[in-house]
Amino acid sequence: MKKQRAWIVLSIIAVLLIAVGIAANEPATVLKKAINICLECIGIG
Amino acid sequence: MAKKKTVKKSYRHIIQLLFAGLSNSFVTGFIAGKIYRGNLKYMCHPGLNCYSCPGAVLSCPIGSLQAVLGSRAFAFSTYVFGIILLFGAILGRAVCGFLCPFGYIQELLYKIPFPKKINNFKYDRKLRFIKYILLVVLVIALPMALKTQGDSSPTFCKYVCPAGALEAGVYHVTRDRLVNTAPVVAQNILPTGNMPVIQIAPGATAFSSPQMRIGFLFWWKISIMAFVLLLSIMMYRPFCKYLCPLGAIYGIMNPVSLYRLNLNKNTCISCGRCKKSCLMGLDPVTELNHPECVRCGDCVSSCPTSALTIGFQLGIKKPETEEKIS
Repeated sequence: MKKQRAWIVLSIIAVLLIAVGIAANEPATVLKKAINICLECIGIG
Repeated sequence: MAKKKTVKKSYRHIIQLLFAGLSNSFVTGFIAGKIYRGNLKYMCHPGLNCYSCPGAVLSCPIGSLQAVLGSRAFAFSTYVFGIILLFGAILGRAVCGFLCPFGYIQELLYKIPFPKKINNFKYDRKLRFIKYILLVVLVIALPMALKTQGDSSPTFCKYVCPAGALEAGVYHVTRDRLVNTAPVVAQNILPTGNMPVIQIAPGATAFSSPQMRIGFLFWWKISIMAFVLLLSIMMYRPFCKYLCPLGAIYGIMNPVSLYRLNLNKNTCISCGRCKKSCLMGLDPVTELNHPECVRCGDCVSSCPTSALTIGFQLGIKKPETEEKIS
């Protein structure tokens, strides 16, 4: 029974973490990294 | 019933194909040799999909996690980690089985005939812990530890990730050599002596001609990529089993995720067909919702009594041991 409800608790925690991250402007860092070609990812830099 | 189960198996492959296509649908990127720069990249892809792939419209969760952890502006990641946690809580490693493009590529390669497919060998289970080590060391610890002098590199992406090498590295380097475009001026160009050398300051990600930079690191990553792809012909999902840090995270949530396997012990006849059908080397009866299960559903398809089912378990069910024998 506890396992079957754990996903609800985890989901709530996840949504709260996302909200905190958005408030801290973390998505901007994500976007900045993602919209430039990642030289490390392609084995160059 | 057999036809119904076969149709269900096909649904998964269709979902894999559609999602891989949709999440890499920036066709202009392939044509023009650039990447998508729109706002969809605020959002993370649920699976491993390099954001430097010319078609990628979402961000890689592991790359994004390292970017934030390696940034001096943040002590830890809550946004990216929260997104990964949400996907894991709902789907667990069904992300691997349904939504991950690199997992799909490995599955396609596994369909290539090979004299002896290997899915069980002596050190198989012990080697599966490597992905947890890669998660802790390369994805989390090193980006956090190495940002003392400035934002640090994504160490997993840089030294290991074959998805990035395949989806982005091969394309961009090959295109650069074939098209021979003039290099775009990179940030922080530092000419050295009489020989102008284009260097890129640590952390800079502006594109410059890859021709200038191919070296050991590129060939190291290509070697890992080639090894994983070749291994995928003889072994089911080797990267998912041994190296994927994202699968490691999702696997931890497998036992509690909303989408899960369910076993009716009253109708199970212990025939062992589910164990034989499992290409991840699991016994679904004794290892139900194991962290290594990618929720492919092959065990469900093979079960002659439908004791095994898979899906979103929304209802509160009594534990199987308490079900009455009819």
